[in-house]
Order: sequence, then structure tokens, then C-alpha cells
Amino acid sequence: MALMQKGRQQLLAFGSLAALVMVFGFLRPDTFLTTENLIGILQATTVTGVLGIAATFVIVTSGIDLSIGVLMTFTAVMAGLFLARLGWPLSVGIPATLLMGAAAGCTSGLVITRLRVAPFIATLGMMMVLKGLSLIITGARPIYFSEVEGYEDISTGSMLGQWLPGLPVPNGVVIYLLVALVASLLLNRTALGRYAQALGSNEEAVRLSGIDVGRWKVIIYALGGGVCAIAGLLGSSRLNSAQPALGQGYELEAISAVVIGGTSLAGGSGTILGSVIGAFIMSVLVNGLRIMSVADEWQLLLTGIIIIIAVYVDRLRQT
Amino acid sequence: MQPMDVLLSASGLDKAFPGVVALRDARFELRAGEVHALMGENGAGKSTLVKILAGVHRRDAGEVLLAGQAVDIDGPAEAQALGISIIHQELQLMPHLTAAQNVFIGREPSRFGWLDERRLNRDAAELFQRIHLDIDPTTPVGTMTVARQQMVEIAKALSRASRVLVMDEPTSALNDLEIAELFKVIDKLRSEGVGIIYISHRMDEIQRIADRITVMRDGGTVGTMPASTPLPQVIALMVGRELAATRSPVPDSSDAAPALEVKGLSRGRLVRDVSFAVKRGEIVAFAGLMGAGRTEVMRTLFGADRAESGEIFVHGKQIRVRGPVDAVAAGIGYLPEDRKHHGLATGMDVESNITLPSLSRCLRAGLLIDRQACAEMATRFVERLRIRTPSNHQIARLLSGGNQQKVVIAKWLARECDVLIFDEPTRGIDVGAKAEIYSLLAALAAEGRAIIVVSSELPEILQLGHRILVMCEGRIAGELPGEHATQETIMALATAWH
Repeated sequence: MALMQKGRQQLLAFGSLAALVMVFGFLRPDTFLTTENLIGILQATTVTGVLGIAATFVIVTSGIDLSIGVLMTFTAVMAGLFLARLGWPLSVGIPATLLMGAAAGCTSGLVITRLRVAPFIATLGMMMVLKGLSLIITGARPIYFSEVEGYEDISTGSMLGQWLPGLPVPNGVVIYLLVALVASLLLNRTALGRYAQALGSNEEAVRLSGIDVGRWKVIIYALGGGVCAIAGLLGSSRLNSAQPALGQGYELEAISAVVIGGTSLAGGSGTILGSVIGAFIMSVLVNGLRIMSVADEWQLLLTGIIIIIAVYVDRLRQT
Repeated sequence: MQPMDVLLSASGLDKAFPGVVALRDARFELRAGEVHALMGENGAGKSTLVKILAGVHRRDAGEVLLAGQAVDIDGPAEAQALGISIIHQELQLMPHLTAAQNVFIGREPSRFGWLDERRLNRDAAELFQRIHLDIDPTTPVGTMTVARQQMVEIAKALSRASRVLVMDEPTSALNDLEIAELFKVIDKLRSEGVGIIYISHRMDEIQRIADRITVMRDGGTVGTMPASTPLPQVIALMVGRELAATRSPVPDSSDAAPALEVKGLSRGRLVRDVSFAVKRGEIVAFAGLMGAGRTEVMRTLFGADRAESGEIFVHGKQIRVRGPVDAVAAGIGYLPEDRKHHGLATGMDVESNITLPSLSRCLRAGLLIDRQACAEMATRFVERLRIRTPSNHQIARLLSGGNQQKVVIAKWLARECDVLIFDEPTRGIDVGAKAEIYSLLAALAAEGRAIIVVSSELPEILQLGHRILVMCEGRIAGELPGEHATQETIMALATAWH
């Protein structure tokens, strides 16, 4: 029964996504349904999409991580520091960046479990700390990767397009989907995923089952941080620069995608597939409205209403 | 005693939920000034019947007469307007508000649009006085004992001029003194002509307080009888079969090291220099009044709360318990008193719950969950403990209380724990399931596990315990051999320090 319900929840999200694509495709067939535009949508989804995956793990435990948007910026800046300023090779700089992301997530996890600060506050503080650090390290100026060979290709190149010239899907999108696949395996098929869901369902019962709750929470926040670093690499590669002022606000977009995908903020249940579909719904919406020449302020207003409706419909389905 | 009028009568009640028939031609009659106990196993239909009366569910067929008038009860608000109130097992009060604010929530007296706090407190004080309750209306409810909170609930129901009051397991969290206080209030209400429907699993209580008993089974009412009806007869009606008493054989005392030994365990006021040992194959029962520290001893021993001092030995080897992780690693399993909040991840399925503590043993390559191994482990214990569930993927919340308890037991058996602590193993569980849990505990002991049972029900302690340790104010007040102990000798020890 649980499986069926999960399936239905994703079907609903997927149905909404398909409906959105059809509506925009019908209204603007020549501009919306072009390969170029569809690939643009995929590309535009990668960063918030990867952040959404990071957020899903934490939200399933009934926690929240508000620092993920700025954490992405911070890791982009670290990548700039390692690769552009210090001139490390990609093979060293990229793992080092991922480690920095995990370390930042780990810090949030420790503050939450050891100092017993509520996740909302701990990660809110972390958000400010990381933003400050990013600005301090860069002197509030962007770091450019123009000297770093191959960096831009991480996100915008297309290895798939070299094999299948008709399908020039950018590497960033492929990486996003691979991350989603691995994350989905982690959440559904490993002890980590099972504990994450159990923590969200009943933390005290997990503790009294003899499971080291603190340790697993730290691991989950660290994993989230590591995934954010992937978003940081993808984002900065796409811009070919690390922009220290960017990033704030991304966490709310990512969390919206997760919630649209049917993951409950109360914890205990959630799927990566849902979060991926949620992220696509958000970017199809933005892209479609832009193509329809809807003004930015109206886009924002409509997106807000749609998030509320999406969650309301999900609630209806559950009762 | 004046002749009693029929206050409420229901007949031919049917109610079906998707897939289940919850009530079938149920009938029930409540007189004014009567305490009428509703008894039956879990799933017999008691709560469905009561919820129909309280407007939570709508009946599919049947008739309800209130003081001779046919009534439709469309919703909880309508039920309250008709004077039918229900006091749920889980109290529905707001802990940060005061007693008075809780009683009059939604009906606050006001003056010129401002809340009239003074009148609120005065009205509440009058109400408390009417049922002889010594409660300060301005005390926040969250700071009161559960017993007092329950009284506030009762006052709240009365403030709505209730004629029919439903009490669902009102004594499950109360100690003997508090129960006596509750019964005084019930007597007062009875003398005022309020009709009380009383749901409880505790037979001794029902014989003390109730006037009549209606027994339910499989969605129907099987009979109404005076409360003085002999117990075995009532139980036979409830379960539709005879229950055999089980007791495991007393283990031989030649064993070298005890399976569990605790020396000088202390933590705060409720765990003071506690020492005891449990042998393999032995069931040691902990008795005592509510608040004597039994649960606290178990939680400290298990590491759920940190000990201040003391030593713990498992099979003769000293272990350091800094948290439940260490206790479980040493083979100690703990069934908490509060199953829903501490024992189960109620939103997860049966299989995930059973395998939760042993997950690290069903991994492939140290990472991936071996689904087949998990499924086999779950199935083995579902079959062995005869857990009644449609599948291993049923959400734990949807199981009956007895089956939920068995899932918690399965979880520790799967983890191969050989020291098992059962804290109130049969709380809120019906008679049939209770008997099953008793024989299960006896079988586990016979297999050589060391078992501790904490219980507030003396008959349970007497039936299960090879040895009985009685606690009082955080200390072990004395020890009694199971076969010679009586309720009186236990109570004498339990109150020794008073």
C-alpha cells in the first residue's frame, strides 16, 4: 500500500508536469517545443535540481537546511580559489571542493546534534556565515575560470552530443540525472536512507532502537553539503565564474521543488524522483511564462500561487 | 434509589468502512445516572460505536434516541449541542493555556470585545468546586499531572451541560490515588444524573465503578449485564473462548553468571542505588506505584537517560552504557511504555520497523540493503509471533495495539537480544492479545532469555514474575518470590516509605 501511494504521488506530479508542457506547447508551438528551448529548460534546472536533491535528504529526516543556496555559492568560490587562484588541477580541485561542501554540511549537523540548536536556526546562522566567508574570500568580486581549461565543459559541454549529434544534452544535465539516480538508490536501498526516513517518522523510536541518531544526522547533513558542492560546480561552470553575491534565495526554490514533488516538510516520507519532477515543474513554468512574454513580476506571482496549489492538491490526495 | 430513566438508546446500528464492517446491528442503552461499561477486544467496535454517538462518524443504518427523541448526529459540534461529550484517551488540551482557558476554549466570556479573564476564572472555579476539584483555574495545564489534566477535560465537558459523557480508558495513565479521586468525581456526576459510558480494559476497575456492562464482539453487542457478573463469564463473552493461564517453569538456579546484573544504579530522585540481577530463563517483575521510578530505572539501565553512577554487567562482563547504542550492542532490548511515541516508527511499515535495529546485519557490501534478507527476517518474526497484518508492508499505525506491541517485540528478537525489558507490555491491549503476550513472554524465558517486566497491573505481575521486585520512591523496597506473593504483600512494600 505504501508503495502504491508513493507511486500515485509521483504520477500526480508527473501528470502536472506533462500538462504544463502540453499547455505551453499548444500556446507557443514554434518557440516552446524546440530542441534548443527544451535543452535550455533542462540546463536551467540543473542547479536548483541538484540543490533539491540535497534538500530532500534533510527534509526527509524532518530537518531543514536553509544554507544550501549559499553553500552552493561558497563551494563555487572554493572551486575558484582552488582551480583559478591556486591553479590546482581539476582532479584535485574538484574533490577538494566536494569535501568543503561536505565539511560545511557536517558543521551544520554538529551544531544541530551537539549544541542542540534547532535546524532552522542552525542553518540560518550557517547561511550567513557562509555568505560572509564567500564575500571575504573573494573581496566581493567574482572569480573567473577563463584560465582553467575544461572547466566550462563540466556543465555546458556535451559528451552525449558527440555520440548522438541529434541529442546535444549538456553534461550538466547528465550529471544532474546521475546524481538523482545515485541519491535515489541511497534513499531507498541503503541503511542511510532507511534511517533518514525513520528519523523523520519517529526520532525517539530510532534512538531507542540503539541507533546512533547524532552520527547519522551529521552524515545526512554532510551528504547534503557534498551534493550542494556539485550544484556549486555546475553553476559556476555554466557561468564560467564564481559569483559571491549569488545564491541566496536558491534554497527556497529548491525547497519549493521538493515540496511540489510530494515530500512532506513534517518528514518521514519523500522521493528523489518527486523532487526531480518538482524542479522541472518550476523551470518549465518560468520558461513557459517567459516565452509567453509574461512580465517578471507576474511570473513570480503565478509561481507562488502554483506552489500553494500544488501542496494543497497533495494534501487533498492524502486525506 | 429512584427508578432510572433511559437517557440514550441506540439500536440496529451499522457502520462499514472500506473493507471492514465495524458495526453490525449494535444496540446500546444508557440510563440517566448510570455508569455503563463498554467492553470488548480491540476491534470489537467499541470506539466506532462511541464515535457515532459523538458525531465523529455517521452511522450507515440504525436509530439513536436521546431522551426518547430520535436524533441525527451530524458532527462533533452537533453532538456537543445535544449534550454528548467524549473524553479521549489522548487528552486534547493546550498545555500553555491555563485550566480556565482550556475549559472555556472557543466560548470565552467577553466584555466590549475584550476577553473577560476575571469572569473566565470565576466560572471555572465554580465549575471545579461543583465536582469538588481543588484546581487553581490560572495554572497552566502543561504543569499539571496527567490526572489533573483529565479532571480539566471532565470539567470542560461538564461546562457544556453534558448529559452523556464518554470516557475512553480514563485510568490508563493514573495511579491508584488518582483513580480514587477520578471515581469520586464520577460518583458525583452519577448523582447529578449524568450518564457515563466507560471504556476500559481493566476488569477490577469496572467492577468497582460500573453499574452495568455491555460486551461487544466482532462489531455486535453480545449482551448487557450487571457489573457484578463474575469475571470469567464476562471474559468468555468477550473473546468467545476460554483463556488458559500460562506460566513459564522456574529456571534452575545453578547458572554461574547472571545474564544481567545492575549494581548501585543512580539517577536523580527516582533511581537511587538500585541493584538487582536477572538470570537466564528468569522473568523478574517490577511492581510499584506510579512514580516509584520503575520506568526510570529501565530507561537509565538502557541508556535512554544517562546514569549518574552504577555498574552494569551483561553475562558477567561489565559494559559502559552512554546511550541506547551501547545497551543494544550488549544485547539488551527495551520495549518502552509509550509504544506510539517511543517504540514504533508508526508511519513506516512492519518490515522497516522489525529490521530497524538489525539493519546493519542485512547489508550487502556494507551499504545496500539486502531486501530479500530483510523480507525474510520480517516474515520469520511475523509468523513466529503471529502478527496479524495484511502484509509486511502494512503501515504500523494501522495495526491494532496488540499487533503493534508484537512488532516492537519482533524488532528485538530479530536483533537477537537476550536481555529483554518490557515496560507495561499490555497497556491498552485487549484481553485476548494480553494472553498471547503472556504466553510469548513465558516462551521467551523458557528459551533462556532474561526478562524484566514492569507493570502497574498486579495480576499481571503475579502471573508472570518468577521474582517480584517492588519499588518505592526510587529504591527497591523489597523482593518477593513469585509463587508466594499476593497483591497485599506487594502493596505493603510499595507503600513502605510513605
